[in-house]
Formats: sequence, C-alpha cells, structure tokens
Amino acid sequence: MAVVEYTGISSLRGPLLVVEGVKGASYDELVEIVYSGKTRVGKVIMLEEGKAVVQVFEGTADLDLPDTKVRFLGKPLEIGLSSDMLGRVFDGLGRPRDGLGEIIAKEKRDINGSPMNPVARVYPRNFIQTGISAIDGMMTLIRGQKLPIFSGDGLPHNELAVQISRQATIKEGEFLVVFAAIGLRNTDAEYILNSFEETGAMKNIVAFLNLASDPVVERIATPRAALTTAEYFAFDLGYHVLVIMSDMTNYCEALREISNYRGEIPSRKGYPGYMYSDLATIYERAGIIKGKDGSVTQLPILTMPNDDITHPIPDLTGYITEGQIVLSRDLHMRGIYPPINVLSSLSRLMKDGIGKGYTREDHPHLSGQLFASYSRVQEVRALASIIGEEELTDVDKAYLKFGEDFERRFLSQGRDENRSIEETLDLAWDILRDLPEEELTRVSKEEIEKYMKKGKSE
Amino acid sequence: MSARIIKINGPVVVADNAESLKMNEMVKVGKNKLVGEVIGLDHGKATIQVYEETSGLKIYEEVEGTGRLLSVILGPGMIGNIYDGIQRPLSELEKVGGAFIPRGVEAFPLPKDAKWQVTFLKDVGDEVNEGEIYAEVQERGIVHKLMVPIGVSGKIAKKSDKEEFTIDDTLYVLEDGTKLGMYQIWPVRIPRPSIKKLPSKIPLITGQRVLDTFFPISKGGTAAIPGGFGTGKTILQHQLAKWADADIIVYIGCGERGNEMTEVLTEFPELMDPKTGKPLMDRTILIANTSNMPVSAREASIYTGITIAEYFRDMGYSVAIMADSTSRWAEALRELSGRLEEIPAEEGYPAYLSSRIAEFYERAGRVETLSGEEGSVTVIGAVSPPGGDFSEPVTTHTKRYVKCFWALDKSLAYSRHYPAINWNTSYSGYVEDLKDWYSENVNEKWYEYRGRAMELLAEDGKLQEIIKIMGEDVLPDMQKLVVGIARVIKVGLLQQNAYSEVDSFCPLDKQFEMLKIVVDFYDRARKFVEMNAALSEILKGSIISKLMRMKEDYKTAEDLKELEKEIEEHFKELEKVYKE
Ligand SMILES: Nc1ncnc2c1ncn2[C@@H]1O[C@H](COP(=O)(O)OP(=O)(O)O)[C@@H](O)[C@H]1O
Ligand SMILES: [Mg+2]
Repeated sequence: MAVVEYTGISSLRGPLLVVEGVKGASYDELVEIVYSGKTRVGKVIMLEEGKAVVQVFEGTADLDLPDTKVRFLGKPLEIGLSSDMLGRVFDGLGRPRDGLGEIIAKEKRDINGSPMNPVARVYPRNFIQTGISAIDGMMTLIRGQKLPIFSGDGLPHNELAVQISRQATIKEGEFLVVFAAIGLRNTDAEYILNSFEETGAMKNIVAFLNLASDPVVERIATPRAALTTAEYFAFDLGYHVLVIMSDMTNYCEALREISNYRGEIPSRKGYPGYMYSDLATIYERAGIIKGKDGSVTQLPILTMPNDDITHPIPDLTGYITEGQIVLSRDLHMRGIYPPINVLSSLSRLMKDGIGKGYTREDHPHLSGQLFASYSRVQEVRALASIIGEEELTDVDKAYLKFGEDFERRFLSQGRDENRSIEETLDLAWDILRDLPEEELTRVSKEEIEKYMKKGKSE
Repeated sequence: MSARIIKINGPVVVADNAESLKMNEMVKVGKNKLVGEVIGLDHGKATIQVYEETSGLKIYEEVEGTGRLLSVILGPGMIGNIYDGIQRPLSELEKVGGAFIPRGVEAFPLPKDAKWQVTFLKDVGDEVNEGEIYAEVQERGIVHKLMVPIGVSGKIAKKSDKEEFTIDDTLYVLEDGTKLGMYQIWPVRIPRPSIKKLPSKIPLITGQRVLDTFFPISKGGTAAIPGGFGTGKTILQHQLAKWADADIIVYIGCGERGNEMTEVLTEFPELMDPKTGKPLMDRTILIANTSNMPVSAREASIYTGITIAEYFRDMGYSVAIMADSTSRWAEALRELSGRLEEIPAEEGYPAYLSSRIAEFYERAGRVETLSGEEGSVTVIGAVSPPGGDFSEPVTTHTKRYVKCFWALDKSLAYSRHYPAINWNTSYSGYVEDLKDWYSENVNEKWYEYRGRAMELLAEDGKLQEIIKIMGEDVLPDMQKLVVGIARVIKVGLLQQNAYSEVDSFCPLDKQFEMLKIVVDFYDRARKFVEMNAALSEILKGSIISKLMRMKEDYKTAEDLKELEKEIEEHFKELEKVYKE
C-alpha cells in the first residue's frame, strides 16, 4: 500500500489534528506526522469526504500548521514481536527505550487485537499460589483471570504487585511477567523494575514504560502494546504470562482528555460514555484458548480517586474484571501489610479453582466461614464503639478477639513471606478457634473434627 | 450508482446515493462486507450502524442493500447453539477465524448438513393459515413445531415424499406456489403476533427460596435484577437458566464477560434438567455479545434473543429469557445516539431510552398463540447501575415496566449473604395472582406462612435499628426471640449457596416445609417466653444451628419430618421443665 503524504493541516486542537484534501485514508489507520525533521505517530479517528481527524499519540505541542506533513501509512498501529523482547524495556508505543537496539520482529501485529471467541476459550480453573494468605485463602487468583488491585494514593499496591509476581507459582509451564507502566512516576517504575532485577527475575520480564512525563495520549496505546506482546508469548510461545498494568487510572484520564477534545457528550464525571466498552477491550484480553499451552493473567492496578470505589474508574473496572482486590487505608494506617479489605474484595473464578483436587477439600467452606465471621466482626466493633467492650456478650467478645487475630496473624505477613496454601488454610482454622463452635455454621462437623480439633492436639 | 460511504465515525457510517435503501434494512458495508443496519435516512443519505469493527474502512467504499430488515432465521438447529448478537453461530466463526472473531463473515444460523426426521401434520388439499403448525421435528429435548409464516395462507397443492430433510428442503407447496419449508424469517424489531394475552396465574418455579417463597414470578412475567458489580446478578441469572421450569431458555450475554459464556458452555451440557432428566443444554440457546465485541451488535442482541423466545412461545412452550445485562444494551443505545449527535436526555441517554425499555419488557407475557396453544415468555433482565446507585435512568425506567424487582444489595454481598436479594427493597407484583396456584399445588397455608415470615423480617428490621445503637441485651425476651428467628430465616431460608450440591435447587415442597418449620417454631417458642422460660434454653444452640443448616442436612421435604420430630422433643423437654 502506497504511503500518501499531505501538508494540508487545517486545525489543531489538543491531541487532535484535522487534515484536508485526504483521499483513500482508512479508519483507524496509522499516521506519521513529520515536522522539522522529527516524527510523531497518530491514528485516524474520524473520516469524512476529503477530511481526516487524527489523534496524535505524542500530543500536538509545538507542531505548526504550515510546516507539518502528515503521512498515512495504510495500516493500523502495530508492534513487532519476537522472543528477543525478553528482558527488554520499551516505551509506551513499543519502541525500545533501553538503548539496546531494535528488535528484529518475527511478526507484526495490530495492537488493538480482536475479541476472543467465547467458544474458543477454556474456562480458567487452575490456581496460582501467590503465597499471600488473604489472596490465596479468600480471593484466589486463577490462571487466565483478570483480577485488579483497587488501591489509593500512597497505599502499597506496587509492593503487593511485586510480591505477587515474585512469589506466584504455578504447577507447570514457563512463567513471564509483562509490565506496563501507564503514566507512572519514575520512582514507582524504577522500584518495580529494580525489584525484579534484584531477584534475578529480569530475564523473565518485558516492560513497557510510559512515565508521568511522557505524552498523555500515548497511554491509550501502552496497555494494548503490552497485551499484544503478552498474547504473543502466551498463545504463540506457550508462556503463562502475568500482565501488570499500573496505573489504569492514568489510562482513563487520558481517555477523558481525548474525549473532551473531541467535544463528545460526557457520561459520569466527564468520562466518555464508551469507557466501559473501551476498558473491556483491554481487560477481556485475559484468558486461555483451546489448544494453546499458555495463558494471559491480568493484574491491573488502579488508584481510586478519593478512595471512592463508586468512582467510574473502579466501578466500570469492577463490572468487567473477574473480581477485585481492594486495599484499605484504615488497615494501612494500622500498620497491617498487605492492607487488603477482604469483605469488599472478591475473586469470581475462585469457586471453580479451589477445593478437592485443586487446593484442599476444606477450602470452599473455610473461606466462606472466614468471610461470614469477619463480617460479623464489623458489626460487633460498631456496637462496641457505642456501648463499650465490657457491655458485649461473651460471644461478641470472642468475635473481637477473632477480628484481631484475623488481621494481625492471618492478613498480616512479611513482604518476603511466602506461605503455602496449606499453611494459609491451617492458619485460618487456628484463628477460628477463637469462636465458639456453634458459630461455625459454614463448615461441616467433619471438617471441624478433621482440621480444627486434630490440629489442636498436635 | 450505488450507495457509498462519505463519513466514518466508529461504528456509525454515513452513505450518500442511498435512495434505494430502506429504514432498518440490513446492508453490507465496504469491501469487507461488514454487516450493518440502516438507522436513519435523510435526503438520500443513510446513517448505518455497523455490527462489526470498522477499522480499515475507507471513504467511497460501497454500501450494498440486502433488501431485508435485520432479521433472524428461525428453524430447527438453534437449541444448544451459541450465537453472536446478529445470530451468527460462534462455532462457525471459529472455523473461519480461529480463536479470535473474524470480520465480514457470513454464516447461516442453522446447520446446513443436519438431517431431520419430519412428522407431517397436513395433507394435500388442507387449508392452512398463518401461525398454524404444519409439521413437527424432534430437536434435542423438544418437539420443534414448524408454523406457517405470518401473512401466508392457502390450500396445500403438494407434499414432499422424502423421509429425511435438511434445512433448505421444502415440505409443502401451496396452490399459489408459496413454499413451506424448514425455517422462516422474522425481523427482530417487530414483536411476533399472538391472539391475546392471558392472565399470569402459574409461577415460574426457580428452586430459589428467596424467589419462589418470598418474591415469586409468574410464567410470562417480568423481573429486573439490579445490583452493583459483584452482588450476584450473573450467578442468579445462571441459577434461573439452570433450574427454572421453563421448556426453553434463551440466555443473552449482553456486553458482559467472555468467560461467563464459556462457563455456561462447559457446565450446561453436564447438568441435568430436574424436570426432564435431560442435559440442560438441550433446552438452552445462548447469545453472546461480550463487552469487547462491537457495541452495535450488543444493541441488536436483545432483539435477536427476544424474537427467538417468541418463536418458541408460538409453538406453545414456556420460554424464559435472561438478559445480562440490559444496562450494557442501554449504554450501546447511548453510545450510538452520541455518534448520531442526538440531543441527550438524562446522563447522556437518548430520550427514547424509556420507550425502548418498555417495548422490550412488553414482549413478555403468557399468550394464546395463533395456533390456539398457550405459550409464555418470561423476561428477566439484569441491571448494572453505575456505582450501585438505583436512582440512575436505566434502573428507574426499568422499575416502571417490570413487576418483580429483585434488588441486590452490596452490604449483603460483602457479608456473603447470597443471593444478596434485599428483602426490604425487593418486591413481587405476582404474589396475589399466584396465591391460588400455591394453595392448590403446594399448601393452602403457603400465603399465610409467607406473610408471617415477611412480618418477622419487617419487625426484625426495626429491632436491628435499636440493636445497632444499644446492643441486643436491652431488648425484652419476646423481641430477642424475633431477632433470633429472623436470623434463622435469613441464614436458613433466604441464603442459598449456588454451588451447594444439595441446596442449589430447592424443590417447592421442601421450601414450604422449611418455612413452616421456622414459623411454627416461633409460635411455640412464644408460649415459652410468655411462661418466662430462659431464652437460651428455648433457642438452644444445637437446635438453632440445626434450623440454619436444615437446607443442607435434609435433602427432601420428607427428610425434614425427622427434624420436626426433634423439634417436638425439644419443646417436650422444655415443657417438662417449665410446667409449673
Ligand atoms: N447464590 C450464590 N451462592 C454462592 N455465591 C454467590 C451467589 N451469588 C453470588 N455469589 C458470589 O458472588 C460473586 C459475584 O457474583 P456475580 O453474579 O458474578 O455478580 P455480578 O454479576 O452482580 O457482578 C460470585 O463470583 C460468587 O462468588
Ligand atoms: Mg455479572
């Protein structure tokens, strides 16, 4: 396809530019903008007779109308793929950023991908042990799942993500991390990369960095470049890929900014009405495909503006992802790490990936019991704060004790502490001893006999 | 000169020279022949929504009319199948495109190579009229009845003498040359006609206690399931698809997760329908337009689903249709409306949102069909309010058009009370209509007992307000009893674990028995409280935990007799102590 060049830019508005006199351009195609010897990339987001609207990924700052040339490349934004990408660092559009030279691509793919056919999917059932009790025990991560971390500014989500990816073990196959930094501060991105370097895990990582100082519009492409790479490693080369994307809030801000420039009618809080569908084209790229060895598991991270879980970003994310791990400022202030609010957290794929033959037979009931008892703790605490602890019934007092143990012993763990699933489950039984047996309505008598009583006499 | 593209804006395309196109006509857009529908006509220009990804499309590419409205093809071979929003079989798309959905692929919705045994019901010389059944085909779990298309009637001139048929064969030819074959075509946006609507007097039995016992729905009824993310909409819809006693289930995954459809596809063939003993897949049709598939096909998927449902209704079957989630459909309307630059009403939704929702739920109902049978379509739609806030437009408009409102509650879900249906804010408008049926088929006291349990829950609601501030200890024993029994109702009756082997489906007689046990227990306990017996004795831990676990520990209504005996013993013991 011939490359066509135009000089007729008629207007600039934020990241958008309008080119007149265009013939033969196609919707969504890649565009190069050349000005004073430099090049930027963009894509066509609207076409009319003789006119194209182009969204420029690196922004339009210091472009000027007469001097700028626009080239239509006749193909969508693509990324070159090869197994040589292992250990390398790219920018938000997939160009090498580490000074180690170009990648010789085995294959080029449209970063937008295509929707996976539900008929071709394999329903995910295999447990990934993260070594973190709260997650393994109560919101189990499954291979091929999309399970985001809902965090807040200043909470240790990056630490948690690093700990998960370091400790994550699967029963078989090769494991790889694809890391997409989306508008991340340099220090955060460095912390994450350094942590991998220290543990020697760097050879098993591919990183895409769009930092806070990098162009905002490029953030639209960053998770897509990362996911295209992840799909290549998973479905072409057979790796189990864990994709960490941080911070999806910055992605959504970029989406809002572009939407504003396009003059679209906004939906809630100024975010575009299509944000749900747009986010889905990212999150739905997790999964397993029939007849392929690998898998794509996603661990997106987002910071909830004002810690508000009903804000459109976490809200729309939660509607798409297969659960969420919610971090709590309150637990964090009380020095509990990881500060996971288990009650508002959820793993939707857990039910089919735990229990006999997967983790341990008592796991389903036991996690149900932990949830039920810990939610009762909240009620008792609320009451105690009004009438005073002394006035509580004995049973309620037992719940207070259980709550403490749950948070201090079960939830809390060291940043390098890696607990096996057996350790996690045994620990859970141990803290349930705080409660009278009649209160344990979610577990069976046999389970109590087998796991709680036996454990005690040992 | 044929129509050609002059503007491309995402899924919305404008073509000029479009004089020959009709409103709602299906069109092929561009070189790749993407499927689209005309949604606006103005001075020779057509606005088209394209049901496939438009990237790569160019100005001046052609738009071809097909001469027919956006339609579905109705005939044997739909059951057990999974379609996209415009009725393309996903397994055919897989053959062409592999694991990822290809574009511009045409695929006939019904299997071309399948052979069907046909039972002829008419003979040469017979008069047939629209809607009349002329032949039957055994299709998996059901008898698929072939009906004379609407607008067709006449005398049969010829009858085929073949024994086996494929989907393209002709069965009869009428005198005017019209052929009656194996399938018919119907435009999705137009409701299929029936003789009249019938009153809703029979429940759709779901095996879910909180529904059947507390907030029942009738066959032909409408219900909405609103709830924030993670509150249990999908699981409830899946439970209904599994256990509801309908003949046919149409399940629409509208803008939701791919894995959820895969889950149904993997699970349903393995599960048995409690009524027929056949695999659940033998009565199920799936429509999947997942969240990452093109948004305009999401808009169409709802109509595709309901039209298929009406078709089976017209054969005299009870059909239940689940749409998860109608909010995604409404958002698709909003997105397209935005691209059309229409003037928005509330929160960017078009002003016609309300009437579209109404039209959809209006297609539910129990009817007398054109062939004189009785059929029904029950519609159950999930609603996904942003931020879980029920005051948003989709929830409020839906509420006006449905009779059951099964409100899912975030705080119940957080405390893992499932199904997280809030008993204070939910309602069923069918309780009075169904009273007689329950009285005749379950127990004449059903209505009374249900009312008693609801009262206890309401009273408990008030007491919980006091407890929150002052603790339970300040309550007099009689009120503590109410709180204790209400807790048994909540944990023992309302909660039902979808993954439990025993309790995932609870038969109606067992539901009633459980209800009766709890209410009777309360009545007897009251007497002892009046006698100043110690509450800790009346609500002894061992007996209360038995009540809470009866759903799991006793399989049938019959088995529960044993528990009743134990309760009898319990009160006899008490009597011994407190007689004087
Ligand atoms: N009846 C139920 N029994 C057991 N678990 C349930 C039930 N309903 C919901 N859940 C739990 O809640 C989670 C979320 O439910 P889901 O239906 O996916 O929510 P939604 O569709 O409203 O986002 C499920 O993954 C499951 O863990
Ligand atoms: Mg859902």
